[in-house]
Amino acid sequence: MSNIDKATVAKIARLARIKIEDQKLEPLAGELNNILGWVEQLSEVNTDNIEPMSSVVDAKLRWREDVVSDGDKADSVLKNAPNAEYGFFAVPKVIE
Amino acid sequence: MSDLTKLKIAEARDLLAKGELTARELTEAHIAAVEAADTLNAYIEKTPEIALKQADAADARIKAGDAASMTGIPVGIKDLFATKGVHTQACSHILDGFKPEYESTVTQNLWDDGAVMLGKLNMDEFAMGSSNETSYYGPVKNPWRAEGSNADFVPGGSSGGSVASVAGYAAMGATASDTGGSIRQPAAFTGTFGIKPTYGRCSRYGMVAFASSLDQAGTITRDVRDGAIMLESIAGFDPKDSTSVDIPVPNFEAALTGDIRGMKIGIPQEYHLAGMPGEIEALWHQGIEWVKAAGAEVVDINLPHTKYALPTYYIVAPAEASSNLARYDGVRYGLREAPENGALDEMYETTRAEGFGDEVKRRIMIGTYVLSAGYYDAYYLKAQKVRQLIADDFKRAFEKVDAILTPTAPSAAFAFGEKSDDPLAMYLNDVFTVPASLAGLPGSSIPAGLSANGLPLGLQVLGKAWDEETVLRVSGVIEEAAVFTSQPELWWR
Repeated sequence: MSNIDKATVAKIARLARIKIEDQKLEPLAGELNNILGWVEQLSEVNTDNIEPMSSVVDAKLRWREDVVSDGDKADSVLKNAPNAEYGFFAVPKVIE
Repeated sequence: MSDLTKLKIAEARDLLAKGELTARELTEAHIAAVEAADTLNAYIEKTPEIALKQADAADARIKAGDAASMTGIPVGIKDLFATKGVHTQACSHILDGFKPEYESTVTQNLWDDGAVMLGKLNMDEFAMGSSNETSYYGPVKNPWRAEGSNADFVPGGSSGGSVASVAGYAAMGATASDTGGSIRQPAAFTGTFGIKPTYGRCSRYGMVAFASSLDQAGTITRDVRDGAIMLESIAGFDPKDSTSVDIPVPNFEAALTGDIRGMKIGIPQEYHLAGMPGEIEALWHQGIEWVKAAGAEVVDINLPHTKYALPTYYIVAPAEASSNLARYDGVRYGLREAPENGALDEMYETTRAEGFGDEVKRRIMIGTYVLSAGYYDAYYLKAQKVRQLIADDFKRAFEKVDAILTPTAPSAAFAFGEKSDDPLAMYLNDVFTVPASLAGLPGSSIPAGLSANGLPLGLQVLGKAWDEETVLRVSGVIEEAAVFTSQPELWWR
């Protein structure tokens, strides 16, 4: 099933937003194929009519009142930002 | 060096209550022990000022007759628990400089009970590892050395700093977290007691997320009683975590009755691995004899999907990690690396390339791939179905038995670099711990013996969901039978 080539690694890296040097794509393809080849043994397992697990505990998600419970902490939220200006996160220019 | 660092939590609690010891004395002794243990690299941030302040507050509280079990007890905190104003990076470079503006519920519970924070503990980056070798802050040394050797061994992982600080007498207890075995495997490697409770028992609020459906907080201590005391302190319902379950926390210490007569203990036949070292099989057999001698009935059980647990885990956990770690983008916190005049996308890609280590990148890539269009059904959905089958195996087994006994890890601690070049060999360390993590069940590791070269080995006890009390009770019986009195030599002091 899995046959990850250099181009696929480049595509995954792009989707994951991780810059990967060109010369590292090939070795990474090898590593990923190793791991994915190993997990493919799952195809031996008959999972017909099995529902995928969505929660590990038998607990219903709780409801809560739809009210504001926290907030008004702009300074706290921005405190760890690498760059914040005028009460906003600052990023490189995205619109010309 | 003061003997105070050799006290157990329960012993210190009693001395504090009687006024024969002050929290300040106990804390000062531990601050000195932390300083003297730099070689182990267990602490990546020390907080002696906070510790002394908390110790004085604890002494006042004890005097006022308002003490809890953890009041005045110095502990270490794994670096993935948010501690307000204090280094919290899950030992990753991408969280460079991050100091949370809030406190995790697990640590808040400890501080509410009067515990004392010695500092933040080393770990595998984002808890992804089984040897603590993936930390941005460098590896942790196992306080244990092989007989007649000065060679260093890994402490296990990901909670490597937690176990090294406790085994190395530089904390009386430590918080830890388990996603696939990160509490139990390192506990086994260091002769400490580790317990991971049922998924949902402890709040994940303020824990740096790795794989949200698996992550669960727990504790590392020097014995079972201390584990019961500390777990009771950190556990409990928290409205801030939607997966935290609203059921009362029992008195865990009271579960240590020492009586397992008539209890049924299951021995899963699938855990007899081909090629497993004879000393691990022998230890397991010894454990079986111990529980029999204590009056329990031993029952062979089957967990047929055991061999599929690791491959299932290595789809589910990376998938969730790739999603959880998408938040590290250089915008809101942590590291930012941006090429001059580069676009926003380039900033994301450079930041993540610089900030994540190799193992974390590998897992994000796997996770991204198995969730990507065209592969989701074949990998992720398939894994979630097999995960259900694994959980069903346990459910059926627990209709017949009260607890399950296995080895914790397939070997003793190994040398640095021995497995770090081979991800699959490293993953196999968690072969006995991953199944229960996938099923959300409570489990412990109890120091039970030594390998041929004198390194600790552990036995694992697994229980039904919400039945930590049985896990603790059986653990206590094994501890008593094992009489594990070996200690590492204090070579680092």
